[in-house]
Amino acid sequence: MKPPKFRYFAPQSVEEALALLAEHAEEARVLAGGQSLVPLMNMRLVQLGALVDINGIGELAYIRPWDGGLAVGTLTRDAALLRDATAAQRLPLLVEATHSIGHPAIRNRSTVGGSIAHADPAAELPAVMLALDAEFEVRSRSGSRTIPARDFFKGYLTTDLKDGELLTELRVPGLPSRSGSAFVEFSRREGDYALAGVAAVVALDEDGTIADARLGLCSVGPMPVRPRAAEALLRGQRPGDEAWSNAAAAVVAALDNPPSDIHGSADYRRHLAEVLTRQALASAAERAERNR
Amino acid sequence: MQDEDFVMIRLKVNGVTHRVVVEPRRLLSDMLREDLGLTGTNVGCEHGVCGSCTVLVDGQSVRSCLMFAVQANGHEVMTVEGLAHEGKMHPLQEAFWEKQGLQCGFCTPGFLMTAYELLQHNPNPGEEEIRSALAGNTCRCTGYQHIVDAVRSAAQAMAEVGATVPSGSGA
Repeated sequence: MKPPKFRYFAPQSVEEALALLAEHAEEARVLAGGQSLVPLMNMRLVQLGALVDINGIGELAYIRPWDGGLAVGTLTRDAALLRDATAAQRLPLLVEATHSIGHPAIRNRSTVGGSIAHADPAAELPAVMLALDAEFEVRSRSGSRTIPARDFFKGYLTTDLKDGELLTELRVPGLPSRSGSAFVEFSRREGDYALAGVAAVVALDEDGTIADARLGLCSVGPMPVRPRAAEALLRGQRPGDEAWSNAAAAVVAALDNPPSDIHGSADYRRHLAEVLTRQALASAAERAERNR
Repeated sequence: MQDEDFVMIRLKVNGVTHRVVVEPRRLLSDMLREDLGLTGTNVGCEHGVCGSCTVLVDGQSVRSCLMFAVQANGHEVMTVEGLAHEGKMHPLQEAFWEKQGLQCGFCTPGFLMTAYELLQHNPNPGEEEIRSALAGNTCRCTGYQHIVDAVRSAAQAMAEVGATVPSGSGA
């Protein structure tokens, strides 16, 4: 199938893009990597009046140190993030999760911002951003606002982005010393959409107990899930199978009706969430030990 | 190049400059096949999962079914037709032939372009690395083993020949 006609614009600056988005409002969609949008357009699941192609706005692609972590321009290609030494050093969780995104040809075009703005429930980066308490900068012709990740994802393919707004920067705080992270997902074949995925961070105290833990799950609901009750259970505990099992049980209890589809039943997704949570926490804790 | 019903784009394909008039909604895959007659690039799914449409844009593999032709304006594209040089098959093509890495051939151009990119970055990939790099290309005929063998064989042949092997694009 082919997309129906649309008006095409290729702004060369953020200001130009914002003016176009303001002018065309609900008729406009932003084209970044296109790896999620163009399939929808090809299948006519989305129809738009104006396509605002932001691939010419070079100023939106960057990875910079910020607050011990990173400030990432939304047009940064996933493939570029995988090659970036600063990202690997400061936020290996982000890099590890990005390895699971699709395939090389997808990652050469897909962008970090696109994944966040599109908010597919199976997407890895929204779950990671949620676990790391990232904040998102959004600009429009009337100004800019900063949205914390926990307020950004509203539902299935739904975010807090309004007509006329453009996601410009993702800011991810750094992790404490003596911490380790891991991203684990399960799919039928490499590169397939995850049936479930877990991002975990474990930070250790001087005495080796868990000072803090973070969890973010994808593909277990319409939005990424941040199971705070499970995180609270982990604080002060000794790292080990008992702690991971208790946390994993709490994660499963927190899941509100995981999806059931041809790829897996709700029960299977709960099972995966339990197993992957234990694996991710164990891996994160082991890496935290090595960082002590 | 804004807000026109038809747009004139200028791009290099396999080293040759082309000027094409397209609608903005024209996919790169369809432009290559129908406007330029380069039917080596195949269209299997039109939503990015099968890999048959894989080409290189500015040296990077992309799904040509997920790019609009207008986005390739001013850029360089390499298709499977750009692999052979002066009538001689690229070592990858030789290897696919020798190792029976194809049957119907529909997926083959996509595999060749993906493998070409792999070997540019990793001239000596192991089996796992090959399978991982090719995981985004679907084959309905071969069961993949001969494809993996072909890529390994090509890597060996290219290493024996030396640092660079010319391809049709001259890139």
